[in-house]
Amino acid sequence: MLKRHFLQCAAAIAIFANVGIASAAELKGPVSYVIPFGPGGESDISARFQQPFFKEKFGKDLVISYQPGGGGAVGWASLNGLNGDGHTIMGVNLPHIIIKPAQKDVGFTTADLNTFYMFHYTPDAIVVTADSPYKTLADLVADAKANPGEVTMSGSGKASANHLAQIKFDKMAGTLTTYVPFKGTGAAVTALLGKQTKAEWGYTTVGAKQGDAVRMLAVAMDERHPLFPDVPTFKELGYDMSGGAYRGIALPNTASAETTKMWSDMIGEINNDADFRKQMLDGGFAMLDVSAEDMDAFMAERVEEYLNDAREAGLIK
Amino acid sequence: MDLSQFVAALTPFNIALALFGVIAGTVVGSIPGLTATMALAVLVPVTFSMDPASALILLGAIYTGAIYGGAYAAILLNTPGTPSAIATTFDGYPMAKRGDGDLAVALACFASVFGGMVGALALLFLAPPLSKVALAFGPVEYFWLSVFGLSLIASLSNGNLMKGLAGGAFGMILSTVGVAEISADIRLTFGSQTLIGGFGVVGALIGLYCIPVLIDLVAVPDRHLKVEENVKSVRIGDAFRLALQSKFNLIRSSVIGTLVGILPGAGGSVAGLVAYSEAKRTAKPHQKFGEGEPDGIMATESANSATVGGGFIPTLVLGIPGTPPDAIVLGALLVQGVRTGPAMFTQSGSIVYTFIYGLLIATILMLPIGLLIGRYAYKSIVTIPKAVLVPTVGFMTIIGTFSIRNSVSDVIIMLCLGVFGWVVARFGFAASPIVLGLILGPIAEQGFVQGWTIGAATHNLFGMFFGRPISQAILAFTLVTLILPVILARKSKDRMGAES
Repeated sequence: MLKRHFLQCAAAIAIFANVGIASAAELKGPVSYVIPFGPGGESDISARFQQPFFKEKFGKDLVISYQPGGGGAVGWASLNGLNGDGHTIMGVNLPHIIIKPAQKDVGFTTADLNTFYMFHYTPDAIVVTADSPYKTLADLVADAKANPGEVTMSGSGKASANHLAQIKFDKMAGTLTTYVPFKGTGAAVTALLGKQTKAEWGYTTVGAKQGDAVRMLAVAMDERHPLFPDVPTFKELGYDMSGGAYRGIALPNTASAETTKMWSDMIGEINNDADFRKQMLDGGFAMLDVSAEDMDAFMAERVEEYLNDAREAGLIK
Repeated sequence: MDLSQFVAALTPFNIALALFGVIAGTVVGSIPGLTATMALAVLVPVTFSMDPASALILLGAIYTGAIYGGAYAAILLNTPGTPSAIATTFDGYPMAKRGDGDLAVALACFASVFGGMVGALALLFLAPPLSKVALAFGPVEYFWLSVFGLSLIASLSNGNLMKGLAGGAFGMILSTVGVAEISADIRLTFGSQTLIGGFGVVGALIGLYCIPVLIDLVAVPDRHLKVEENVKSVRIGDAFRLALQSKFNLIRSSVIGTLVGILPGAGGSVAGLVAYSEAKRTAKPHQKFGEGEPDGIMATESANSATVGGGFIPTLVLGIPGTPPDAIVLGALLVQGVRTGPAMFTQSGSIVYTFIYGLLIATILMLPIGLLIGRYAYKSIVTIPKAVLVPTVGFMTIIGTFSIRNSVSDVIIMLCLGVFGWVVARFGFAASPIVLGLILGPIAEQGFVQGWTIGAATHNLFGMFFGRPISQAILAFTLVTLILPVILARKSKDRMGAES
């Protein structure tokens, strides 16, 4: 309760401090925040985390709705047909928006999307159950080398961040593991906990959510995640892997430069709120701050990286 | 667990919230296309300004109400308001046709309350042990479960097995259209952007069930439902007696509903179908399932309501949401700072138990509210002139389909499926097998692909598919369901032959 009052006070101060800036004034009513997936995934949870901070800082409601279909393609293909006055935004995900249009015509291209902020990523991680014989990454690699193909690893979807990570790691470690795609992280974790597979290609968020029930062998970050000081990074163990699934927000491409700037600033402000960051880190997410002006360079780099990985893996031509 | 949380749940404010939630949920659930997911998604921000327990009670009440509300449209319009109510149409609509719609609505209410209580009590007392069920079910078990569900086609398509199977196969093909859920391939879209999102279940339900009813309403001069002049209210007494007689059916169906609810990825529609199939298999000779048998409604409605409590078991204990509404409640909990997982019942116990008690209170409140709303729903559908009913329902189908994901493609697909459904119905192809194929196809496909991948990797394909105990049990049930009617039919034929 105390914390909530404190937040309200903080919000009030923030609003007074911002009186001179027109940013919040341009929003006339509630904002529709479309998640192009079903509820419960990482995209949904992080949007839910943003919701109360947005209301407190900018006084407007962020109304979240779900438009699942086509692995996100239904939503992204419809984005540019929506009103660009700044009252509709949509979550975007990497590598989805890069790989999907490269596979086939799905009604949008990566460049079509007016992505104005990338606000977090979920680092790749190898997860095993607490009672798994794999105590370290070396155990898993040794088993995979001794029994090629017999180490089964669940993951969310094909041609996804999990799948690309599996292919990349197999190549680096010289192992052959079997990737079993599931519908979403939830199903992949269920398969792991039920011992249907020997390990999971997941994210740090799985470790945060499942707590003592699982053990992470390594995380794909440059430095260890603050929530898991005991879990080594892949780099420490000699595998040059860093990254995961990146999430951001886009506007319809009819939005003016001012609207895009306004949104980039607003999401950036939430992202730099200490309480928001803490909530995200406690959930196992890793923060990221790519604002509208840096977006093109960031995207170009990712596009090259993901398309290379996917081409080498034979997922696209 | 102690009773202080029960008292905390019982404040006037919380009861008012539960009351509002059940009413709102029932109304939302009764309109095809509007789902519990949508209502919950919009209301979650309320939880930020409210005491967390109160807000969760509101969310739980809406969910419970919506699952029950789906029965109205199923019984009175032959259109499942939610996928959970598919099997309710099998006997509900025939009952309404012959003038027993009021009885059917009351039965659905009793069964829903009973099932909801069983599910909520299981959540209250047995959540940690029952959550293991979710983990025991691997890909292969899901595959066999969906095969079991598909075997229902045989018993649904009375005497018209080939047509039923053709419908089921067609539904399964429809389910593969669009971006494949796990392989990410884009299949059978023929380059069309309209088809890329695939055939959504809710849109298909509206098209295949509701549009043919609308066309028939226009094409046939009769009244929509038969009305008996002297009946003025819902026949609560009759319904209660019938429910009491079917207590075993209610208990069995509620247990099935709870167990299927625990399985992430199965859901209310599968629970209703499995319970219906079991009720039909164990039917007494005089019961005619599919022609307005009260036990059919009770089996489905108690099972699908039990999935609400059942579904929260993996959601709360394992942090794995079973259904989209569960996922939204889970999101609301996370934002409140509640950590899900085995430790949650001890660490965040007060919020969780208040929520469970709130769910129980909402379920009990559903009894008076459900009977009351049911009465008005029945009366208005029966007395409304066709000239008003048809455009109103027609308008709702379009708005409902569009609102699923603001997609015009979905509306086009829905209308095409509707006309298609009406045409093939002239040739004896029913809608239900198609919808069964559409719902179960993806579960079967994913389970098969995953099971095969794991089996091949471990060089144990046969053991993977046939060697696991749960798989064997489901397979045995499937064979019994398929073969028993054939043997029984042959026996009765022999007897008739001997008598003549």
